[in-house]
Amino acid sequence: MRLKLSSTQIAWRAAQDIADGAYVNLGIGIPELVARFQPPGRQAIFHTENGILNFGEAPAAGAEDWDLINAGKKAVTLRPGAAFFHHADSFAMVRGGHLDVAILGAYQVAENGDLANWSTGPKGVPAVGGAMDLVHGAKRVAVITEHVTREGAPKLVERCTLPLTGVECVTRVYTSLAVIDIEGGHFMLREKLAGLSFDDLQAQTGARLHLAGPVADLTVPEL
Amino acid sequence: MDKTIGSPARAVAGIGDGASVMIGGFGGAGSPIELIHALIDRYLATGHPTGLTVINNNAGNGHVGLAALIEAGMVRKLICSFPRSADPVVFTELYLAGKIELELVAQGTLAERIRAGGAGIPAFYTPTAYGTELAKGKQIAEFDGRPYVQERWLKADFALVKAHRGDTLGNLTYHAAARNFGPLMCMAAATTIVQVSELVAPGAIDPEAVITPGIFVQGVVEVPEPAQEEVLNRSQARYPEMTSCA
Repeated sequence: MRLKLSSTQIAWRAAQDIADGAYVNLGIGIPELVARFQPPGRQAIFHTENGILNFGEAPAAGAEDWDLINAGKKAVTLRPGAAFFHHADSFAMVRGGHLDVAILGAYQVAENGDLANWSTGPKGVPAVGGAMDLVHGAKRVAVITEHVTREGAPKLVERCTLPLTGVECVTRVYTSLAVIDIEGGHFMLREKLAGLSFDDLQAQTGARLHLAGPVADLTVPEL
Repeated sequence: MDKTIGSPARAVAGIGDGASVMIGGFGGAGSPIELIHALIDRYLATGHPTGLTVINNNAGNGHVGLAALIEAGMVRKLICSFPRSADPVVFTELYLAGKIELELVAQGTLAERIRAGGAGIPAFYTPTAYGTELAKGKQIAEFDGRPYVQERWLKADFALVKAHRGDTLGNLTYHAAARNFGPLMCMAAATTIVQVSELVAPGAIDPEAVITPGIFVQGVVEVPEPAQEEVLNRSQARYPEMTSCA
């Protein structure tokens, strides 16, 4: 039986850890879904590295202002209290430790916190964008990912084999099977799906899972 | 003093073969389409300029603006962070054929290198890219127990920037997230040429609202209702034809 969370459910779980008023950067793609699932009563302020704080949802089709876009080059709207700034200020917010959380996608995460999420190798045109900047400076750098690749290979590994985005930068990983912290060069298992045994999870993980106290059930609503 | 230039064609007339040119914009937001197209017009009429080094966050999209400049064969080298887009075919084909050089720079490092160039800071240290292949060959130093990568300033012969309002002294405001690299590139080029949607007299822009002070700007050309790359691409426009095949 294949038991796992959908990308949307992983995003929901990640959203539960974002405090009211937190300054948050969400990577392009699946991490963007996190914005949909802020718990009631909490309102994070979202940063997009092309130069907006406190942007909101997409406008209606036809109402786009193509100067008002996010890092994924999609049209967005503004919330009250938004701000514009140039790229040097934007990346000062990133590198300068001013963001509370950055949530990114991953090809591989290593047990020491190394992240590979920008290149699958030397083929094609290389493109990095803000990925290498975003892994530095946020107080928490979290990753949202499937636990294994489409081919079933572990994405949580002892050492990344793909080109690195940053070293020792990831602090928490939300996967389709578990929530895992990275502490002292180890994967610390915090939550796993109730129907999944520790041994099953370990078998799908490319490095040793450590335990510190009881493991909670990873419980996410149907979405 | 009046920095006004009468037309985009005249504004780009001084850009010579082999020049380095910073072009503002993040994707289509802030892309100075009319200045770029004026440069293409000059190349088609005279064969110049060619062999350009272009600094931009991206590598163009579709067949207009920066993509059209690359497609025309005017660009020898691109310095950028993300040479992909919805329709990156122009750059991709030239790059894979080995016909255009690429210097890939992390986005925040690109911004800071340009800022440093404009601010007279020849190098700086950043945590970005430490331990990655983009740090290869670069000097590493430790500060307070953490390793950092040395990066060098980036300057250019010219900057082509799109702003919203400008006065005849070159003071500028921007529109929304089209600001992106504009204020940095204005500082970092020997000659900065700005297209503005609205040209006004000195005093018409509140000094409190000025984003780029005129000292960083050498030429201002008014382009009312400028084209937007995203809109052009949605109508499948091409430059120079600028016809819709949709």
